[in-house]
Amino acid sequence: MKILVPVKRVVDYNVKVRVKADGTGVETANVKMSMNPFDEIAVEEAVRLKEKGTATEIVAVSIGPAAAQEQIRTALAMGADRGILVEHDGIVEPLAVAKMLKALVAKESPQLVLMGKQAIDDDMNATGQMLAALLGWPQGTFASKVEVADGIKVTREVDGGLETVALKLPAIVTADLRLNEPRYASLPNIMKARKKPIETVKPADLGVDPAPRLTVLKVEEPPKRQAGVKVGSVQELVEKLRTEAKVI
Amino acid sequence: MTILVLADRAGAAVSQPTRSAVAAAQQIGGEVHVLVLGQDGAEAAAKLPGVAKVLVAAGNDHALAEPAAALLVALAPGYTHLLAPGSAMGKNIMPRVAALLDVQVISDVAGVEGADTFRRFIYAGNALATVKTSDATKVMTVRAASFDPVAAEGGSAAIEPAPAAEDPGVSSFVGAEIAKLERPELTAARIVVSGGRAMGSADNFKILEGVADKLGAAIGASRAAVDAGYAPNDMQVGQTGKIVAPELYIAFGISGAIQHLAGMKDSKVIVAVNKDEEAPIFQVADYGLVGDVFKVIPELEAELGKK
Ligand SMILES: Cc1cc2nc3c(=O)[nH]c(=O)nc-3n(C[C@H](O)[C@H](O)[C@H](O)COP(=O)(O)OP(=O)(O)OC[C@H]3O[C@@H](n4cnc5c(N)ncnc54)[C@H](O)[C@@H]3O)c2cc1C
Ligand SMILES: Cc1cc2nc3c(=O)[nH]c(=O)nc-3n(C[C@H](O)[C@H](O)[C@H](O)COP(=O)(O)OP(=O)(O)OC[C@H]3O[C@@H](n4cnc5c(N)ncnc54)[C@H](O)[C@@H]3O)c2cc1C
Repeated sequence: MKILVPVKRVVDYNVKVRVKADGTGVETANVKMSMNPFDEIAVEEAVRLKEKGTATEIVAVSIGPAAAQEQIRTALAMGADRGILVEHDGIVEPLAVAKMLKALVAKESPQLVLMGKQAIDDDMNATGQMLAALLGWPQGTFASKVEVADGIKVTREVDGGLETVALKLPAIVTADLRLNEPRYASLPNIMKARKKPIETVKPADLGVDPAPRLTVLKVEEPPKRQAGVKVGSVQELVEKLRTEAKVI
Repeated sequence: MTILVLADRAGAAVSQPTRSAVAAAQQIGGEVHVLVLGQDGAEAAAKLPGVAKVLVAAGNDHALAEPAAALLVALAPGYTHLLAPGSAMGKNIMPRVAALLDVQVISDVAGVEGADTFRRFIYAGNALATVKTSDATKVMTVRAASFDPVAAEGGSAAIEPAPAAEDPGVSSFVGAEIAKLERPELTAARIVVSGGRAMGSADNFKILEGVADKLGAAIGASRAAVDAGYAPNDMQVGQTGKIVAPELYIAFGISGAIQHLAGMKDSKVIVAVNKDEEAPIFQVADYGLVGDVFKVIPELEAELGKK
């Protein structure tokens, strides 16, 4: 079984992002970029399926600037076999990403697309579901456990707890935090990854118009909370909650 | 304008996030209809004030995304906006609906500026973007913490069956482990008591229950506490867990990582208990108490017991 894993280049989760003074977006120049953490989890799951003999080939795909090759290399160092970069500068929304991935699915014919549930920059939590819709495939979102056997069984993190669904293959699975703990690539594997092939294509090669449907009118700093006071004891805390804040 | 709100499955009741989604729909303006999957919640939905019609779709009791999206797409021509609460269910279904309609979904809408212009948080709540959509049908999920829910009673909408839509037949429900709720639901609770990595074990985590019971509070957790197995996944508060905005949020042994703050910083009053006086959580706390959770929690439980 071939697995396609989309990996997104995002501002590292440790970076405190700053809103640009002109209100057009956030500062992304000279900040550390990394693979979206949920996508690391997706790559890890794919590699584990390969180690178990379930998967035969893992193709990592990123849609973004030329520098997104770095994130593909990270996936290759973790154990993906080859990469595809859809080179595009500027904003791509989940719908356009899903359309590009759909075109790549048509070319590569994977049985499974394993991706992150959410990218930590735009926080849309949408691309997997949109790709599933465009392909007419079933979706196992927010996965905390995946079992491949005559179709695929996905345990999902839902509001009240966990839910398990059975999906026919081919299918889309989006990874939640508890699916696994991604490995760190070893130095020999990082060296080996340098020799693995990355193909570069353009959105137009895939017949997709990446023009966004949403216009960002402005981006602002959200209202800041002020730090309050320190209390000296539990009694004082309860007293303040009762008489000052009046919340208990 | 006519707006359809997909209701969460919540047994015979209407969930608070659904009522917040109805409030968002009313801010957009126009006629509001509610779609209920399965028979259960229809009567409660019909009582929501300002709702003109309730559509009930039989079958699909587990809200599988594939048939649910097919149904919404069949209903879409009658509506300008399709909304759902930003719950696990809404987030599972609405992007699928949007793609089938060839529109870009707008997730976790936190403010309505007009019929096509909305506000939403990006980058773990560090930035607030105002976006305008050019799509004909607007498909979106609603950040419940940003909208005061409509009242549970006061209306009397007509209840009608939804037209049948074909199940694509590619998915099926196997089972669920849904915890029985002994406390208020996290996203609807007036008070939330949360524990972090400091709790140290699943057994220790349980000491929060005493305080929660005294306050009638829901219990939440940081990702670190969930990852370590101290608390179940559905308790995670944060960027990638649940977003809560209670009147009182008490964080015990939580450092205040930006990803956690994204899920609770809209709370009216925040209390932090941490043994490290430099912990970032104190920067957003109205009341901070420097101390050991294992000493503070029993003391607090005792103090709350006094009147
Ligand atoms: C104000 C603003 C300014 C922005 N500026 C820029 C900008 O300058 N440059 C820019 O690149 N983006 C920018 N974006 C972000 C861009 O719009 C989003 O990245 C895009 O909408 C995708 O949404 P998401 O990342 O939230 O997807 P989600 O649906 O949350 O992502 C889920 C999963 O889909 C996959 N996926 C998503 N996108 C990709 C991708 N590109 N390649 C491979 N896999 C992917 C991953 O597996 C990911 O885990 C901006 C957004 C806003 C709101
Ligand atoms: C992609 C991604 C998504 C994430 N999503 C979320 C999310 O949705 N929600 C979330 O919470 N996190 C999320 N995180 C994780 C987040 O970055 C932090 O790691 C996490 O919130 C830390 O949890 P914590 O505060 O319990 O633990 P720690 O940061 O380890 O803090 C423990 C705190 O307890 C204090 N302490 C220790 N012992 C005691 C004691 N006896 N008494 C009093 N205080 C004590 C310490 O001083 C410390 O401040 C995410 C991370 C990533 C990368």
